[in-house]
Amino acid sequence: MAEVILKNVRKVYPHADRDEKKKKAKKQEGEEKKSNLQITEEGVVAVQDFNLHIADREFVVLVGPSGCGKSTTLRMIAGLEEITDGDLYIDGERMNKVASKNRDIAMVFQNYALYPHMTVYENMAFSLKLRKMNKEEIDRHVREAAKTLDIENLLDRRPKALSGGQRQRVAIGRAFVRDPKVFLMDEPLSNLDAKLRNQMRAEIIKLRQKIDTTFIYVTHDQIEAMTLGDRIVVMRDGYIQQIGTPQEVFNHPANLFVAGFIGVPQMNFFRDCRLTRGDDGFSVEVLGRTFPLTEEQNRILDDKQITDRDVIVGVRPANIHVGSESASGGRIGEIEAQVDVAEMMGSEMHLHMRAGGNDIIAVVQTSEVEYDDVSIGARLNIGFRPRRIHLFDSETEESLLSVSE
Amino acid sequence: MGDFRYNSDFKSRALMFAILLAASVIIVIPYVWMLSNSFKTTMETLTDPMHLIPQEFTLDGYIKVLTGSPFFRWLGNSIFITCTNTIVILFTSTLVGYVFARFRFRGKDFLFAMLMFTMMVPAQVTMITTFIIIDDIGLYDSVWALIIPSFFNVFGIYLCKQYCEEIPRELIESARIDGAGDFYIYWKIVIPQIKPAIGALAIFTFMEYWNDYLNPLIYLSSTDKMTLPLALSYFSTQHSTDLSATMAASALIMIPAAIVFIIFQKQFIKGLSMTGMK
Repeated sequence: MAEVILKNVRKVYPHADRDEKKKKAKKQEGEEKKSNLQITEEGVVAVQDFNLHIADREFVVLVGPSGCGKSTTLRMIAGLEEITDGDLYIDGERMNKVASKNRDIAMVFQNYALYPHMTVYENMAFSLKLRKMNKEEIDRHVREAAKTLDIENLLDRRPKALSGGQRQRVAIGRAFVRDPKVFLMDEPLSNLDAKLRNQMRAEIIKLRQKIDTTFIYVTHDQIEAMTLGDRIVVMRDGYIQQIGTPQEVFNHPANLFVAGFIGVPQMNFFRDCRLTRGDDGFSVEVLGRTFPLTEEQNRILDDKQITDRDVIVGVRPANIHVGSESASGGRIGEIEAQVDVAEMMGSEMHLHMRAGGNDIIAVVQTSEVEYDDVSIGARLNIGFRPRRIHLFDSETEESLLSVSE
Repeated sequence: MGDFRYNSDFKSRALMFAILLAASVIIVIPYVWMLSNSFKTTMETLTDPMHLIPQEFTLDGYIKVLTGSPFFRWLGNSIFITCTNTIVILFTSTLVGYVFARFRFRGKDFLFAMLMFTMMVPAQVTMITTFIIIDDIGLYDSVWALIIPSFFNVFGIYLCKQYCEEIPRELIESARIDGAGDFYIYWKIVIPQIKPAIGALAIFTFMEYWNDYLNPLIYLSSTDKMTLPLALSYFSTQHSTDLSATMAASALIMIPAAIVFIIFQKQFIKGLSMTGMK
């Protein structure tokens, strides 16, 4: 059993000294801001209001752009960074002041961090030796782990003589040989090329079935997050944006940021749309067309006591219909668009279009369109089903249709 | 075109070779001269010291050094002082260097600045005060006078700190998560990573103390406590120098230094080229 609970966790990196703080403050005012991390009297706030309950054997992925605090959070769980405020519990025990080695965790680093002067075997045996395990037992554990990860033939080699993928496996093996309560992974696939990354992603899914333990995984890659996680924690500027299963986060993004961050190609956003309540319910105006909302959407908006306001409408590229012939009944309000670029991806095609000053991307099945119809400059009719749209408040950028909170 | 390129290439190579050859000759000649005089008779060294090939080949000089003086006693002293210093300095430099490179603590920058500051002061400036302290604690004419003041070597600390900063942070964090304590990490992870620095430092330190003439001269007075470099003065009197014996002693002193250099040569060059230091 290894439950991990984070309560109101906060991390502040203190200013090195007062002068530097002033310099930084000036810099931030003058230059374009790199990140929106809050800077207070105490220092730079890297993580705040972090509340998360990770169940035993759950696979949780922390995802977000660089500088969002995901790695800092992981490092706090690992005991590599001190927790400024709040509590961390592993298995019900408060761990804030417990040394890394006594937390019974294992961590895989982005650059693998294999000990270069030791063979693969020695790398894997290192932690077991430190636990005063006897030689036969160490040997048994190492060989078992090596077998699971298919690296038995590499045991005598040094990290230098391994390829990136092999190093990655050894790094995982070294963490896994100890049978830790919690398995922490910090962007473990970022240093691999695309093909290997896909392969290793599948391996991690397999591995997870073999080692039944709690995983906390950090990545900036939303595909990794979607495919690996039982639950995803989307972070930005030190704050949690949304916690949910991949489906929840994808289908019901809590705000504009999550909607734009999760999903490839990115969700289309139509700004300056007007949400109005008429006699027969809510409708939203997009590019001069009026889309009445569904009953369910109406119910949610009524429950939230939403009034008329400016909104941002979001539609996933896959939910945009193209062409005039496929006159499906559910599609309402066709908008004329012009093709800028058509990217052939194989079984599907990404159409980059412009309509009324907006850039729009649609994903269409190659089998459903004629090539000539989507050549550059072609005019198309596009539309979308109202039940597939997302509404965000123009000011707060919070989702108006999400029901989770 | 090709010929031209070949020609200019050949010419520049030839020129380079000539310069290097001339430089090597200038460097090597004193050693050849030393060896040659060590095999001459005393008389010949007085009458014809510049001649490179001895007219009468003799081992008298070596015999005089090995039997006519406590040479092995001095050798023992030198080995003891040099090895103790080298081992202690390697240990303290790597440990302190690692701490400065990878630990955060209050006053670290100030402490390091103070250390660096001591490097700016020439040893001659502190010579007299150091002597007074050594004398006060009763170490005058003891080999420990040459050991205790050199426990910490600022240059070594600096060199090791630079190397330790190159070690990926994750390596140390990984070891920490694996359950290693600070000293274990230092010993099992850090030391193997900075081997080139240790090799270079070992040679520097060894050479420094093996060849040290000034400090033994200041602190040691009895003949049986002397180190090898002082032996050179043993064969000189106020009015004359036994050149044959002095050169024989010099040649003997060089042997251990040469052996150490040959063993650590690779690390030495690596260490030098990596630190950008001459």
